[in-house]
Order: sequence, then structure tokens, then C-alpha cells
Amino acid sequence: MLNPGKDHRALAGLSFGVFVLLSLVVAVLPATTMQESNSPLPGSSPLLEAAQRGLKVYVREGCVACHTQQVRNIEMDNVWGSRPSIPADYYYAKARMDVWRQSPSILGSERTGPDLTSIGERNPSETWHYMHLYNPRIVVPESIMPSYTWLFEVKEEAEEEDVVLNLPPSLKPAHGVVVAGNDARDLVAYLLSLKQVDLPTVERDFISSRKKRKEETQTTPLAGNSTLPDGASLFQANCAVCHQPDGRGLPGAFPPLAGSPIVTDENADTIIRIILEGYDARPEYATMQPFGDLLTDEEIAAIVNFERSHWGNNAPPVTPDDVKKLRVPANVP
Amino acid sequence: MSSRNTFNYLLLLLSFLLSGCSAMDDNILEQPGIIGTLVLGGIVLMVVCIFIVVRLNQLLSVLYTRKIQKDRETLKEEILNLEDSDVEELLLKRRAALEFRLAGNELSGEQVAEDSRGIVRQVSTEEFIPVVAEKKEPPMIKGTDPRLSRLVAAFAASAALWLLLGTGIGQYLGMKFIWPEIDNVPWLSFGRLRPVHTNMVFWGWASMAMLGLGYFVIPRTSNTRIYSLRWGWTTWWLVNISVLTGTLCLMGGINNGGGEYREYIWPVAALFAAGLFLTFLNFYKTVARRKTKDIYISNWYILAGLIWTLVLVTIGYLPFYQEGLGETIIQGYYMHQGVGMWFMTFTLGLVYYYLPTALNKPIYSYALGILAFWTQMLFYTMIGTHHFIFSPLPWWLQTVAIVFSMGMFIPVIAGTTNFLMTMRGSWDSIRVSYVIPFLLVGVIFYFVGSSQGSFQAFRFTNYVWHFTDFNVAHSHMTMYGIITFFLWGCLYFILPQLTGEKPKPVLVGIHFWFALLGLLAYMFSMMLGGTLKGLSWMEGKPFIESVVLMMPYWVWRAVGGSLMFLSHLLFAINVYTMCGRFLMKRPHRIAKSIS
Repeated sequence: MLNPGKDHRALAGLSFGVFVLLSLVVAVLPATTMQESNSPLPGSSPLLEAAQRGLKVYVREGCVACHTQQVRNIEMDNVWGSRPSIPADYYYAKARMDVWRQSPSILGSERTGPDLTSIGERNPSETWHYMHLYNPRIVVPESIMPSYTWLFEVKEEAEEEDVVLNLPPSLKPAHGVVVAGNDARDLVAYLLSLKQVDLPTVERDFISSRKKRKEETQTTPLAGNSTLPDGASLFQANCAVCHQPDGRGLPGAFPPLAGSPIVTDENADTIIRIILEGYDARPEYATMQPFGDLLTDEEIAAIVNFERSHWGNNAPPVTPDDVKKLRVPANVP
Repeated sequence: MSSRNTFNYLLLLLSFLLSGCSAMDDNILEQPGIIGTLVLGGIVLMVVCIFIVVRLNQLLSVLYTRKIQKDRETLKEEILNLEDSDVEELLLKRRAALEFRLAGNELSGEQVAEDSRGIVRQVSTEEFIPVVAEKKEPPMIKGTDPRLSRLVAAFAASAALWLLLGTGIGQYLGMKFIWPEIDNVPWLSFGRLRPVHTNMVFWGWASMAMLGLGYFVIPRTSNTRIYSLRWGWTTWWLVNISVLTGTLCLMGGINNGGGEYREYIWPVAALFAAGLFLTFLNFYKTVARRKTKDIYISNWYILAGLIWTLVLVTIGYLPFYQEGLGETIIQGYYMHQGVGMWFMTFTLGLVYYYLPTALNKPIYSYALGILAFWTQMLFYTMIGTHHFIFSPLPWWLQTVAIVFSMGMFIPVIAGTTNFLMTMRGSWDSIRVSYVIPFLLVGVIFYFVGSSQGSFQAFRFTNYVWHFTDFNVAHSHMTMYGIITFFLWGCLYFILPQLTGEKPKPVLVGIHFWFALLGLLAYMFSMMLGGTLKGLSWMEGKPFIESVVLMMPYWVWRAVGGSLMFLSHLLFAINVYTMCGRFLMKRPHRIAKSIS
């Protein structure tokens, strides 16, 4: 019997063993999963070389101390991006820098300055960024950000390819001109590369601080067709952009449908409800928009049947009535 | 920003709180996290008020003496107006009284005074000064190997230096919020200097002080000698070199990627870990050859703290799972466990020894200490992800973190109860000792700071406070209010006993009050400002407005920070008084002088 109070081996062994076990469960395994199930978003591209160097300047100067790069799924963050951030957004930026330095912690923990997730979209002007870096108070008088003058040089005369800063008189050097150094150019290249990749089917969906009233869904009853429309083409048209034609999804962005327990469940209520009302219960994936307004009961039933009978999935079919009874009833007082 | 504006903000907040206004349907005051935090803030204020009342009482008694003097004056006047005959009678009486002489032996008899049992500890002929009450000497601990004392003193001395430097930098950073153009040197720029501050006070100040205090506790409670003094010195060098090179690297722009407390690149962190590993072996081998049957509860915490931190650093720096958001999960785990498994665990171990020893009584409940130990390990380990609520990390991981954050109430309440019950019946020591007030503030903040952290993990409170300056208030409540105050108490208790040199009580007193009042100004300004900032974001106002509205609170923070820094200057002077001469003596001389 272990007696940590009297046996130092038991004490050390027990504290070590249990702690390692807990750490594996709560940190190492989730981190490994997170690393493995990740892929670049369609439409995103690796950082260009200049932006890559710019990211290193960003880390070197400790920009992460004041600037976050995460759009949380709450309402106040919708000013920083058109959708909540998902793991796949960080595919290219968060890679180990070199043998000495790990993958940069760009998500940040404090927002003393604005979030930079989509600064390249919000403010695409190069000139603005150069001025702002040289002295933030030129463009934002109330700013408390440091001036990064050491990213710039003073030259007697600008050469052809130099970026010259057009400074206000009080900040102009006695003689010569201020031009952007390599670090400044790289940093601006990085900042301008910060954009949210569009996910066309994703709606703005942020958790509000006030309780949302459930939105009413309109139903358009159709004259009953005995045969269902073509599920395969409906799936291609509406679902394959995200969940991929082979139903395997994109790790870190869109969940797979092939082999999904929700899709293949005997009881199809959950999958129908997700298609009708949308889904945002899993932050490791992008938000799914509701399709209740866009598709009829028959079309949804056809899509569900297609999903339940392809890519190795094998579950009993559903009827348009199954869909109908799950719709939020319209015109309820 | 004028005080009128501050007042307006306060009014705004109040009206907001009371009316449950436009931004939310739910009244913010109905949120359990907010209620809890308000209650906790109230506890701090109450304790400080009690402190102040006790002190004021002493000052008032001085004023009362003045009143008596005034009465005498009136009496004098009355005497002047007396009739001659009355005066004569009185004078005669007075002469008789004046001519009366004591024989000198009315109370003592003829015997010569002698303290044959060594009961009298301190003979004082100094007059009573109400501001700095005369303090009692703590019970002496005898029989410490002077070479060990030297090691402990060396740890304390370098810790004090790192504290002074680290908080000096912190204060400078605080000033940069008010004067962003204060300098234009890359090595001193905000982004590079901020991690210098945090890492220096973490690994330089707190860790060095903890290790030094631990080097006394482990052999003492094991009733044996330390396994290897040389390993102790090697640790001293390794940690100091690690903090020094780490600081230079960070200022030069070489950092590990910006994850908090993980900014030192791995070769620098490896030096620190090597020092910890040596110390762990040293402590483990010392405990292994203990002359007591049981392992004292302090040693549980200290040994486990070292083991857990070594595991933590290894997991935190290994690269195999840190691409993409894997790094973010590890970051949450690492930054939280760094605080919980290293600083908190180790320091609790120290308190389990120094608090009862300073009170000269046993700890209230051994079993409660053990309950707190296991629950600390179980709950603290699981809650790292609460730094990333609403982030793209898996929802289940966030939920686990929130649930276990609530679980943290168990070790915190167990520990607080244990400490307070140990102090029960010894409240007088607060008045007569300069060690106990530091420990008491530590205990209060242990409860308040830790519980506040749990409340902050609620999704609603996180909604308001995350990313704001409220987090800065929380980290100072814990790392300063808990850890630093505990360490000060322990150091003021043990150093005079090891070196034979005592600090000036008045300087210790001023240190205590400056540090406490500075911390209060710091934390309440950041809590209030942070809340207003969060509310401004929720209302969807332009971001720059939240910067502008913070300005008065940043000024108050700088004021509090200045007080704290001043108190550290005094602490450094006190440490110099306690250790300076002792450390400058050659080791064999110390042995001679003490024997």
C-alpha cells in the first residue's frame, strides 16, 4: 500500500505519475489532436517571404503583448472580423520559427491595442502603416503605442526603390529623408497579409451578451411530390463547398460527414435540425449557417438520404414529413 | 484626465450596474461571477480597514494624551486664581510630598536582579512611539549550519535584487502607458520590456526567494543536514545566469514566440530547469535520509512543486505537438500551471512551515493540508484553457477548464481555513510582530485572489473582463498579494535568525504599508478600468475610446506602482541590513563567530 506520508518514494512517484497522466489528458493529447487535424483553408495561401520575415519582426518586437489575433465567437468581436476564428486560420502563421523558437503565440492574451486578425482588410493602405509604425500619433492622436523609429533609416537622398515617409514638419529630420528599413517593409507586408479568408456559406454568428429571441423560420409548403428531388446534385450545390464532394470535410474547418455518428444515427432528428437551424457548438470548426429558409422539406430530406447512404454511411432513409415536424412552427403567437 | 471625469465614469458605472441598462437584458449585478468578485473586493477592503483602524487607534491615543495636557493647563489657571491662604496650605502639603523619598527597595527587596531561567528576552528602555510599535522578537531557531545560512542568505540577497530591478522595470512600463514617447530605444520598447518584467519577478525574485527559503525548511523538518550544499550553490548560479541571459535575450529581441512566461528561449529555460532539477535531487535525497518517520506536509508541497514544474517545463518546451493551435493549448496549460504548480504549491509548502513556527504553535490540521495538496494537483492541472474561453479551442476543453476552476474552491478554502485557524488565538501577534502581518495579508489574498480567478472563469465574467486590464489586476493580486507577501513574511522571519542581524522595525513597517496600499491602488484601479473597458467594447464603441477612458486608471496604477517600488527599495535595504555583513564575511569566519 502506498503511503506518501511516510515513504518519500511513494510521494514523489505518485505526484509525478498522476500529474503526468493529467497533463497528457488535458494538454498533450488535445494539442496533438489539434496539430494533426488541421489543414489550410481553401483560398488561403502560405505567407510570402516578406510576410514571413515580417512575422519574425512582429514576434521580436513583442507586438503580441498588446495585440490579439483571434476573433472570438462573441458579439463584441464582430468588429474584428466577419466570422469567428477557426483553427485552420492559423495553419500557415503558427508553425515553428526555427530551432530556437517555437510557433509564435499570436492569439495573444491582452487587447491593449486593436485585434489584428483582419487588419490587412480593415486598413489596406501601406502608407498608413508606415506612418503609424514610425509614430502612431501621426495618424491616431490618442494612441499609446510606441514609435518604432528604429525600423526606419534617415538617408541624405532617397534611392529609386526606397519607400519615403512624408512626415509632418515637426517630425522631419534636419536634413535628408526618412525611408522604411527592411524590417519595416517586412512588417508592413505581414500586416497587410492579415485577412480573414472568406467562407462563403458562413454567416456572421456571434454569441450575444443578451439572450437572443429565437428567430422565426418561414416555411413554404409545397404541393406534395411523391418522389424526392436528386439528393446528389443538391448536396453538390449546397454542401460540398465545405464538407467536400467526398464527405470528408476539412480538418480544422469543416467536420467530416463520412462516418459521422450524427449523420448515421438511427434517429435523424439531430442532422435534420442542424441543416434547418445551423450549428455552432464546436469552436474547432467554422459555424454552419441555417438552411431552413433556403431549402424545402423535400430537398432537405433528399440531402439527408444522400448523406446517409454514401461514403460508407448506411442508415435508414427519412421522409419530408420528418423534416416538416422539426421546423419551428411559423405564426405561433 | 480630471478627477471630475473619473467621477463621471464612476457614476456611469454605478448607474449602469443599478439600472441594468441598454447593453444587456440581464442585470450585470445578478451575475454570480460579478457578485463574487464584488464580495471578494469587499473582503480585502474590510481587512485593510481593520488594519487601519487598529493603527489609527494607536494614533488617537496620542491625541487623547494631548487633551489631558490641555486639562492640566486649565487646572494651572485655576490654581493661579486661588486665595493666598489656600495656596499656603497646598504648598506646605506639596513640600512634604516633595521631600518624601523612597528607600529604593520597596518592590525588589534586597536581592540582586537575576534572570536565571532566561525568561526575559528583551530589555527596552526606549520610549513608546505610536507609529511604529515596538515588536517582539520571534522565537529563536538555534543550531543551523552557518554554511547553510550563507546559502539561504545568498538566495535572499539575489532575490531582493531581482525584485528591485524587475519591479523598477514594471513601474517604467506603467509610465509608458501615460507617456508613450518616454524613450525611443529598441531595447527599452514596451513589447520587449514587458516580458522582461514578468519573467524577472517570476524566475528571479519569487523563484530565488522560494528556493532559498526551501533550503532551510527541507533539512530542518527532516531533522538532518542538507544532502549537498554545493548543489545548492550550483542552483543559485544556474538560476541567476538563466534570468540574466534571458533578460538580455528578450531586450535584444530574441524570444520564444511571445507566449506568456514562456518567452525565454529553450537554452535559457534549460538552465533554469537544470537548477530546479539539482535542487529537486538535493531535497529528495535530504528527505530520504530524514531522521523523522513522517514527511512533514511542507515537504510534500515543496517536492511536488519541483517535480510538477520540471514536468511542466519539459511539456511546455517540447516541440512535437506545438504547431497550429496545439501551441495555444500548451500555452494555456503552461502559463496557468507555472503559477499554480510552481509558485503557489511551493509557497504553500513554505507557509506550512513558517507560519506555525513564527506563531510557535503547530499547524491547525494536518489532514486539511493533505486534502488541499491532492485537490491542488487534481484541479489546478485541468484549468489552463480558461485563458482561452470563446477562442477557437475545442468547447469541451474550455468547459472542463471552467468546471475545474470552480473545483479550485476546495484547496483554496481548505488552505485558508487551515492558516486562519492556526492564527486563531494569536491575533495579538499581528500587533507585536512584523512578520505575521505579511503572512496574514498573504492568507487573505490567497483566498480573495484565487477565488476571484475562479469567478473570472465564468463565461459571463470572461465576456466582460477577458483581454482587458482586469487580467493585470488579477495577476498582481495573486503573484504580489499572495506569493510576494508570503515570501516577505518568511524572509523577515528567518533571515535575522540565520545571520543575527535585525532590520529596523520602522523600515519594515513602512515597507509593509507602502506595499499594501500600493497594491490596493493598483488592483482597484485596474479592476474598475478593466470593467469599464469591457463594457465599452460590449456597447460596440470605437476601440480608441476604450484607450482614452483607461487613462485616469493608468495614472492611478502608476501611483500604486510607485508606492510598491518604494517599498521594494526599503525591502532591499532591510535585506542588506540582515544579510550584507553576514555574506561578506568569509565562510570559515562565520563558523567561528557563531560557534
